[in-house]
Amino acid sequence: MSNLTHLDELEAEAIYIIREVAAECEKPVMLYSIGKDSSVLLHLALKAFYPEKPPFPFMHIDTKWKFKEMIEFRDRKAKELGIEMIVHSNEEAIKQGINPFEHGSAYTDIMKTQALKQALTKHGFTAAFGGGRRDEEKSRAKERVFSFRNELHAWDPKNQRPEMWKLYNTKIKKGESMRVFPISNWTEKDIWQYIQRENIDIVSLYYSAKRPTIERDGNIIMVDDERLKILPNEKVEYKNVRFRTLGCYPLTGGCYSTATTLDEIIEETLSAVSSERTTRVIDNEAAGSMERRKREGYF
Amino acid sequence: MKSLLKFITCGSVDDGKSTLIGHILYDSKLLYTDQEKALELDSKVGSRDGHIDYSLLLDGLIAEREQGITIDVAYRYFTTQNRSFIVADTPGHEEYTRNMAVGASFAQLSIILLNAKTGVLVQTRRHARICSLMGIKHFVFAINKMDLVNYDEERFIEISKSIEELAKSLGISGYTIVPISATEGDNLTKKSENTPWYIGETLLSHLENIDVIDDDEDGFYIPIQRVCRPNHTFRGFQGQIESGSISVGDKIIVLPKKEEATVKSIHYLEKEVQSAIKGQPVTIQLDREVDVSRGSVISKDINLKSSRKIIANILWMDDTTLEVGKEYFVKLGTKLTVGTVTRLEYKIDVNSGEHINISKLLKNELAHCEIYLADELAVDEFKNHKTLGELILIDRVSNMTSACGVVNEVLVSDKNSKNIIFKHENLEIEGDLFDEFYYNMENFSLQNYREERIVYKVGDEIPVEGKTYSYPNDFDIIVFRNKAVVEVRGKKIKNIIELSDYSYNNLPVVNGRGFALNISSKEQFETFINEFHSENERLTAKLANKYLVFEKYRTIIFHDNYWII
Repeated sequence: MSNLTHLDELEAEAIYIIREVAAECEKPVMLYSIGKDSSVLLHLALKAFYPEKPPFPFMHIDTKWKFKEMIEFRDRKAKELGIEMIVHSNEEAIKQGINPFEHGSAYTDIMKTQALKQALTKHGFTAAFGGGRRDEEKSRAKERVFSFRNELHAWDPKNQRPEMWKLYNTKIKKGESMRVFPISNWTEKDIWQYIQRENIDIVSLYYSAKRPTIERDGNIIMVDDERLKILPNEKVEYKNVRFRTLGCYPLTGGCYSTATTLDEIIEETLSAVSSERTTRVIDNEAAGSMERRKREGYF
Repeated sequence: MKSLLKFITCGSVDDGKSTLIGHILYDSKLLYTDQEKALELDSKVGSRDGHIDYSLLLDGLIAEREQGITIDVAYRYFTTQNRSFIVADTPGHEEYTRNMAVGASFAQLSIILLNAKTGVLVQTRRHARICSLMGIKHFVFAINKMDLVNYDEERFIEISKSIEELAKSLGISGYTIVPISATEGDNLTKKSENTPWYIGETLLSHLENIDVIDDDEDGFYIPIQRVCRPNHTFRGFQGQIESGSISVGDKIIVLPKKEEATVKSIHYLEKEVQSAIKGQPVTIQLDREVDVSRGSVISKDINLKSSRKIIANILWMDDTTLEVGKEYFVKLGTKLTVGTVTRLEYKIDVNSGEHINISKLLKNELAHCEIYLADELAVDEFKNHKTLGELILIDRVSNMTSACGVVNEVLVSDKNSKNIIFKHENLEIEGDLFDEFYYNMENFSLQNYREERIVYKVGDEIPVEGKTYSYPNDFDIIVFRNKAVVEVRGKKIKNIIELSDYSYNNLPVVNGRGFALNISSKEQFETFINEFHSENERLTAKLANKYLVFEKYRTIIFHDNYWII
C-alpha cells in the first residue's frame, strides 16, 4: 500500500513533530544556525503549515564570528521568505572582548550556550526546535526528540522522559522548556539527498571555491577577515576548499575539495571516511565533551 | 531505493547488546575512520586490556562509560549493500526497563540476546513480553557468548527449547534463533566455522532479508493535529494519514461526534493533489462546517468507535506508584485529555505471565486496567488500528510520562456525549445540575463529578439533594445553552418548554449548572432577559457575575484524593 520512499518517511516524521509543537507548545521558536541542517528544517517548517506561514519566529544566535557569507545568506533568506528572524548575541561578552583565540572552550560556552540561554529566557520561549541529528555524535544518539530542559536549561541524560510511538509529552512547568529535534533520525546522506530532491538553497560555503586559508593544528582555517591573526609560521594560501559543517570561521575546519555541484558534494560525502563533526574543532577536545556542554544548556 | 528496517537489541545486562552492534558496524566497514580511531583510543583506557571494546561505540554517555553499562536507548544508523537500518540499542538493567520500552515502541523487529551460559532469564522474558506488548511481530533470539560454552550444540538446543516455550506463551509466531559470539564475531556477518551444526543465516543476512511489511489496517483514518486557517476562505485540517487512502469527493465521517462531510480539497504538504495515501502528511478541506479540531479523527470506510471507557494493558514507568482514582493526563492519537484508572484488574507477572490481583502498581510492572476518560474520543483496539490504540499517561503534578499502554477493549460509554439530562419530545437539554463539586487537595483544583448519567423526562422525580447541592422542591431550571426551561414541582418534572414560551413564576430559578439566578420579580426577570438578548443570547461572564450565585444551592467539599468509582 505505502509507496513512500525512505526520504518521504523521514519528511513525514519531521512534519508531524513540527505540527505537534505548533499545536501543543505555548511559545515555540525555531533555532536557525544557517547550516545545511537548519536549511532543511526551515524548508520543512514552510511545508508543514502551508498555506499558512510557520506560526513561530526563527532565531539565530550570532557569535559575531560567523562566516560573512553565512550572515548575508541569513538576511537574504529571511527577507525572501518573509519570516521573522530574531538575531541574538551575548552583547556583554562582546564588550568584554571574548574571542575564540584567547578563550578556547570558554568562548563556545559564553557566546553560544550562554547567549542561547539568555535569548530563550528573554523571549520566554517554551520550546525551541533544533537541527540536531542522532548520527552526529554519541550523546546526541541518546537524546529524545522532545528533550526536556529544567529551569536552568540543563539536560539530565540519566533521567529522560520515556518517549513512546508518536505520543510526545510536551507538558512543562513555568520556566522549564523543551528542545525539539524533528530531524533526529536523518543521516548526513539523507540531508544531502533531500536538499537535492527539494532543490533547497544552501550557503555557498558548502561548495568548493578558491578561498584564502591557513593550516592550523591540522585544520584548514579560512581567513574570513582581518581579525584572524596570522602566526609567523603560517602562510595564507588560496586553495580549493569547502566546508562540511558551518560555525564560527576560526573554529571550523574546511576540507580540500573540487566539488562545486550538489552531485559532487553527495558523491564526496558518500565516499567520505571521516564523520562530519571531526571538522569541528570543539568536538575533539575530550571524550564526552558534547554531553558536558549539552548538560550545561548547549543545543 | 533500499528499504528501511528499524530494530532494537534487548536482553539482560552483560548479554552483549552494545558489543553486538558495535561489532557488526566494525565488520561491515561501516565506521568512519575517526570513530574507529576513537574506539581504539577508548579501549586502551577501557577494561578489555587493549582489545577493541566494541560496546564503547554505542555507550555514549559519560555515566555509561564509567559504569560500563547502557542507561538509555542509543540510535545508530547504517546501510549495507541491501538495506538501511536504524537500530535502537537498549539497556538491560531492570531499573531502565522504561528506556528499553522506548526503543521497542519504535521498532519493527527485536533482537533478544541471551547468554549461552545462563539461558532464558527473567529479564529475557520481561523484554520479550514488553516487545510483544508494544506491537513487535518479528523476533530474533541471538544466543550469545557461544565461545564460553565451547560452541556446544547441545546447549544451543537446550536453550532453544526454553525459547520455544516462551514464544508460545506470548503468542509470538515469527522468530528465528541464531548462535553467536558478539566479541569474537561468530555468525554476525560471516558464517562461523565454530558452529558447523548451525545451518541458518548469519544475523546480518537475516536482518537484510526479512520481510517486515505490516498488514494494512482497515479503512482510512487521520487523527487531526491542527486546524490551518491562513485566511477566512481556507480552513484545512492537518495530520498524517494512518491507513488507507483518500480522494477529493470522498464522503467521510468525523469522530467523536460522527458528523458527515465530503472532501473538498487535499494538500500533500505544499502541493494540491487529488488523492493521498497512508503515511503522508496532508491538509484536508471539507465541503461544510463540521466540528473538527485537534484530537478529532477523520475516517472513511470504517466504523470507528467513540468512547470514554477503555480496557488497556499498561506498563508503569514512574517512580511514584499508580493510584487508582488519581487523575492523569491521557494522550491518545492527537487528543490530550484527562483520565482516571478506575479499576486495576490484575498485574501480569513478567516471568510467568500469571495474573495477580493488586491494588497498587509499581515501576516496571505491567497491568490490565480500566481507564475512564473525561472526554469522549475516537479510540480502537491496538490490534485493529494501532494509532488509535496507543496511549500514555502523564502525571499532572510532575509532568512525568508515567505509563504507556495499548487498548485491548473499547467499552461503549453512555450515548449522552452531549451531557443530556432532560428530554421532552424534540427538546434535548444539557445540564450539569447533578454534578458534585470537589476541591482536590492533591492538585489544588476544583473538579466536578457525576455518579451516573440519567435522562429525566416529564413526570420523573429528580434528585434535589446531593452531597454538594440542595435544590428546593419547587423551582425552575433555565438551560441557556439549549434555550429551554424545566419546571420542577414537588421534586417532579412538571413541564419542559422553550425559553421563549417561559414566564417568571415567582419561584427560585437556577441555570443548567445549578447556580442560583438572583432574581425575585417579573420586572427583574424582564431586565435580565433583555440583557441576555443584547449579549447575543449567551450567558457571558459579564451576565454570570451580575446574576449568578454559586453558593445558594451548592457547596464544595474538600477531598484528599478525588476519584471516580
